[in-house]
Amino acid sequence: MQQNETYNDHVVRLFLLASAIWGVIGMSIGVYIAAQLQWPSLNFGIPWLTFSRLRPDHTFGVIFAFGGSALMGTCYYVVQRTGHARLAFTKLATFTFWGWQLICLLSMVTMPLGLTQSKEYAEPEWWIDIIIAVVWVSFGIVFFATLARRRIRHIYVANWYYGALILAVALLHIVNNLVIPVSFTKSYSVYSGAVDAMVQWWYGHNAVAFFLTAGFLGMMYYFVPRQAQQPLWSYRFSIVNFWALISVYMWAGSHHLLFTALPDWVQSVGMAFSILLLIPSWGSAANGLLTFNGSWGKLKTDPAAKFMILSLVFYAASTFEGSMMAIKSVNSLSHYTDWTIAHVHSGSLGWVAMITIGSLYAMAPRALGRPMHSHAGMELHFWLHMLGTLFYICAMWAAGVTEGLMWRETLPDGSLAHPFLDSLIAIRPYYVVRFVGGLFIVSGMVVMAWNLWHTAAAARAHLIKAIPVPIPQPTPEQNPAPLAETER
Amino acid sequence: MKFPIRYEHFEAIEKRAWLLGVLTAVMISIGGLAEITPLFIEANKVQPSEGLKPYSPLRLAGRDVYVREGCYLCHSQMIRHQRFETQRYGEFSAASDSVYDRPFQWGSKRTGPDLARVGGKYSDEWQHRHLENPQQLVPESNMPPYPWLTKKKISGADIQARMRVLRILGDPYSEADIESALAAVDGKTEMDALVAYLQGLGIDNVLPKAKQ
Repeated sequence: MQQNETYNDHVVRLFLLASAIWGVIGMSIGVYIAAQLQWPSLNFGIPWLTFSRLRPDHTFGVIFAFGGSALMGTCYYVVQRTGHARLAFTKLATFTFWGWQLICLLSMVTMPLGLTQSKEYAEPEWWIDIIIAVVWVSFGIVFFATLARRRIRHIYVANWYYGALILAVALLHIVNNLVIPVSFTKSYSVYSGAVDAMVQWWYGHNAVAFFLTAGFLGMMYYFVPRQAQQPLWSYRFSIVNFWALISVYMWAGSHHLLFTALPDWVQSVGMAFSILLLIPSWGSAANGLLTFNGSWGKLKTDPAAKFMILSLVFYAASTFEGSMMAIKSVNSLSHYTDWTIAHVHSGSLGWVAMITIGSLYAMAPRALGRPMHSHAGMELHFWLHMLGTLFYICAMWAAGVTEGLMWRETLPDGSLAHPFLDSLIAIRPYYVVRFVGGLFIVSGMVVMAWNLWHTAAAARAHLIKAIPVPIPQPTPEQNPAPLAETER
Repeated sequence: MKFPIRYEHFEAIEKRAWLLGVLTAVMISIGGLAEITPLFIEANKVQPSEGLKPYSPLRLAGRDVYVREGCYLCHSQMIRHQRFETQRYGEFSAASDSVYDRPFQWGSKRTGPDLARVGGKYSDEWQHRHLENPQQLVPESNMPPYPWLTKKKISGADIQARMRVLRILGDPYSEADIESALAAVDGKTEMDALVAYLQGLGIDNVLPKAKQ
């Protein structure tokens, strides 16, 4: 029976498709609300089209719908390949797909209607949070059960990161969303004031750490060596970085609250650990980049590799920026300004989106049974995405530093030099540049969706044959030895 | 001398999914526990209820409108310990200012100015007209208009339900407070409530100086 085992790529294909669609939706909303910051009348007087109602849709749409679908899809793909085993619980895996899509849909519909907990990146109300918990636990069960039935004794490092993602997000989600409901549309947090602020930014920061970093590092550790067609530069180094990253990240959340009413010691601890965090972050980035040693030629020929290499450069750059921004004196200038927006987008558009797109371009031909429909389309996407990202973050850097400097500038007599409104007037041109950058990025995503749609022609016609799982034959010198049938 | 711990000693983790999972769970728990537990203990020790009343029914309704409309996405309510901040916005924010805020509304971005002490800076009339059409009063502003707030009335029964939940969480509402809510919000629009909330910011939620 085992000789007939095939990979469950059906659910992987579904997530791949969902990720591309949510990417276009989430980023389009971003462009729309970016336009509203410049031309506020673009909400047409409709409540649910207004910036303040739609911003959570943009963040949820790109982080959890686009990023989440990509993470779950690639996780299912990677855990099967690295363990030489079919995904456990086929039906539960399909349930996680539809459950996750339902969550995304419910959240994206209810948030603009005003159902919000007002905690950044955790806006959906309590009953959606319960569905999220159920689907997330199911995701964990599928993942760990697949690990348990693997045929390779050693657990490949990509799975470590995916595992940490699953455990940490479960913990963060539950602790941060503890509320008492008033009704289906309203609830109150069990935490208040400063404690709530700490819990929220412990969540918010580690949502970045585990959802947007650990999960995507898992993706990176599988797809980068695959695309470079070389082993990881240092396997041992990747494991050292794993433990450092997951333990240090959890301390750093309070750097979102420097100079606030949070106790001073928590602020200082957060700042110290944020600087330490640079070490495992750069370690991971270096490990990925050095894996391309000897195959840098792929930069010329392989768009997927280009996306991956650039994503690692952006990862190194934005983690450096993040550590610097956590230093109190820098934060004094950067906090509350558009510099934060620049930093977030250099991480999300540069690192997260690029490693995802690179991995999708690497995975799609294998999961869809044919090469990508258009090579030129991938090249076009690369340039649109990279130029758009650069437009975006350069504009927001300039805007942020302008705001920071104007807010603190004083006249010789010690009074403030600028009323608040002056800083807004000064940065309005940058908001236009940011909007244009966003247009570039969404155009690139549309090109990707079009390309994937045509690549999936065979899948849509149900012509794809499932790929059989290669059953490893034990050899005496294999180290570590594959699991014996009785051990599994 | 050989270093006593060698890489091979860790192979056990790499071959056992359960051990990997348990150790990961331990490592990710330490940081959060170390930072949040002391704050919790501290928060339970300090009870600000003596000098500070929880939100009045109308202001509570207004706060919930503030949350629903997502005002916190462009306005902070946290004046930092910085000279240029206190010069612009007033005395820096204390932890007790937001002790009844579930959730907190400190914010993370200032597309508009900080609102922690905006109460009383403008007239009620100005706030009404500004929320209805910001560009009428501040032509260069990029704030969206919120004209729909004038159309919807506050439901007294709903506010009472909300106050009861807050009482479960520890906010000191008396039965009389909850009784009075019906009359307090009767005939008021969401706009009235939001303006009442804004006008109390930095006034009603601040401990009297003498008691501090």
